[in-house]
Amino acid sequence: MITFLANPKRFLDFSSAVAPWICGLAFLLLAAGFYWALFDTPPDYQQGESVKIMFVHVPAAYMGIMIYGLMAGASLVGLVFRHPLADVAAKSAAPLGAAFTALALLTGSLWGRPMWGTYWQWGDARLVSELILLFIYLGYIALWNAIDDPVRAAKAAAILSLVGAADVPVIHFSVDWWNTLHQPASIIRPGGPTIDKSFLWPLFTMMLGYTVLFVWLWLVRMQTEIFERRARSLMMARGA
Amino acid sequence: MTGFTALLVRDMRLAFRAGGGASLAAAFFALVSALVPFGVGTDLVLLGRIAGGILWVSAALAALLSLDRLFQADFEDGTLDVLALSPLNLERAATAKILAHWLTTGLPLVVLSPVLGLLLNLPPPGYGALIASLIIGTPALSGVGAIGAALTLSIRRGGLILALIVLPLITPALIFGAGAVMDAIDGSGRGAFLFLAAFSVAAAALSPFAAAAAVRLNLGG
Amino acid sequence: MAVLSLVEVQGLTCERGGRRIFRDISFAAATGQVLTLEGPNGAGKSSALRILSGLLPPAAGEVRLQMSAGYAVTDSEERGRLTGWVGHNDGVKAQLTVIENANFFAALYGARIDVMGVLEHVGLKRLADLPAQYLSAGQRKRLGLARLILSNRPLWLLDEPLSSLDAAGRRLAAELIGEHCDNGGIAIIATHETLGLDATRFFLGAA
Repeated sequence: MITFLANPKRFLDFSSAVAPWICGLAFLLLAAGFYWALFDTPPDYQQGESVKIMFVHVPAAYMGIMIYGLMAGASLVGLVFRHPLADVAAKSAAPLGAAFTALALLTGSLWGRPMWGTYWQWGDARLVSELILLFIYLGYIALWNAIDDPVRAAKAAAILSLVGAADVPVIHFSVDWWNTLHQPASIIRPGGPTIDKSFLWPLFTMMLGYTVLFVWLWLVRMQTEIFERRARSLMMARGA
Repeated sequence: MTGFTALLVRDMRLAFRAGGGASLAAAFFALVSALVPFGVGTDLVLLGRIAGGILWVSAALAALLSLDRLFQADFEDGTLDVLALSPLNLERAATAKILAHWLTTGLPLVVLSPVLGLLLNLPPPGYGALIASLIIGTPALSGVGAIGAALTLSIRRGGLILALIVLPLITPALIFGAGAVMDAIDGSGRGAFLFLAAFSVAAAALSPFAAAAAVRLNLGG
Repeated sequence: MAVLSLVEVQGLTCERGGRRIFRDISFAAATGQVLTLEGPNGAGKSSALRILSGLLPPAAGEVRLQMSAGYAVTDSEERGRLTGWVGHNDGVKAQLTVIENANFFAALYGARIDVMGVLEHVGLKRLADLPAQYLSAGQRKRLGLARLILSNRPLWLLDEPLSSLDAAGRRLAAELIGEHCDNGGIAIIATHETLGLDATRFFLGAA
């Protein structure tokens, strides 16, 4: 499938055909997930209704990491196999990954506030790791934008994403280690010991919904990127 | 003298001659560390508790300072082309340059750190850990920094992007380094030095490959 | 000096920054031959040299160095090690003196010849202790030529070697190139100007 879609024209045809369906599916899943989460699950005995923020937060956090992995994978494919759309895929995924990570941070902060009394708690290792991940995304996007030559920018960003992929687990480990000094203030324990079984299905639906939403947005961004490149080539050819 | 040694000596000589070498990084290190009390207050107890962290953050920033010219200078005067075509392969050339950077930027920071520790009222048990953690950790700063330097060498004023790229990646060094100092003061042992050493060794071993790949990319752009 | 019998380029296409510079170029140069690459600005002479040296990967086509010993070299890094390079930039460190630059080159290439002798040959002996930043453009070019000699490589790729050189400098450059080729080397030179050497000319038009 990946080699089938290597041809930009085929990719554009395929994605145009498929995109509306994916969009529809995404919104269906999200709507179902939201309804389920809000109305069909009991409030937590400790956190009350505010625990429901987890249905927005957890999938977002998960997407933040998964998209980075996808970006690094696409970068590897681009560097090693020279798949023509690999760098388009990576470039298009990055802002989405950053957005999901930012969403996770925002909702994580809101979720924790009632418990912590503050909007941020450095003692939450997962949230802190996500903050660093957000910076890594921003650096990646900045590098893409700073290098003029698009071919060079793609390869440089690819190298950066692979270095980052190797470093992210180390960063996570070091942040965890760093937290052993403080009292773990992480009350946000997704899927923690007291999670009600009824939470699992809505959570899963939301995760799926987020994933499908990402795929739709990703396809749209990739199409836009391909069109921009074509427009640029036409302009250059005309000017030559 | 082998090519590797020749390049190492050359880079060290250049660092001491051109503006922006050892003394600049050391001065920056001292300045930033000295600025903190102005921001934080004169409470000596407080300063003593955060001294290890302040010094590590300042050291990281100071190490970054001279990095953006690491490959860019050679790129601009054509010397990088010469290195790429020399018997020395780019990975070994990168290693020589990283080593030179550490010797001319990292080590001066190590030497200066106890003095700055005094300024910040670092408690006595912290000094040994401070020096040791900086010796072990600064190679990681040079190594990972070199990757950033190679990636950004074609960007004019690439220094900020370099910092944005490199700082998140060196968080483990900062955490373990400053953590080692704190542990020495508190008397707890959480293996900070071990983890710091592991990170540094990995960074030193792997970064020349990433840096060389980035250099090749920029030469062939 | 390893002896090169032929440098061959087939179907070479060059793309930089997403635009095509030239397409499907082929030429060859044999032992003792001087080949000049000529053409208007933007035709890709510098890019062609960079591709030959292995620094720039071509979009299509092949570069092959046929060795006298019988085997062929196509890998870009190996080709780089057979290349004596003078590019647009001098390849000289401004903060080091002439002799320091030269000693560095000698150590880098493992050259066992007398460095001062080489500097004298290119007319820089009296300036040996001067930091390179105080050299004129022509003098820096001569230092580049010194580097070429010290590198002891069979294939010389020179990008506008005569620019900035005065009449004496040009004679020197032509003499060095002539000597190099007489000794079994090959020189491929991108230039706008006449070298005063017996050279084969190849024209790169705009793509």
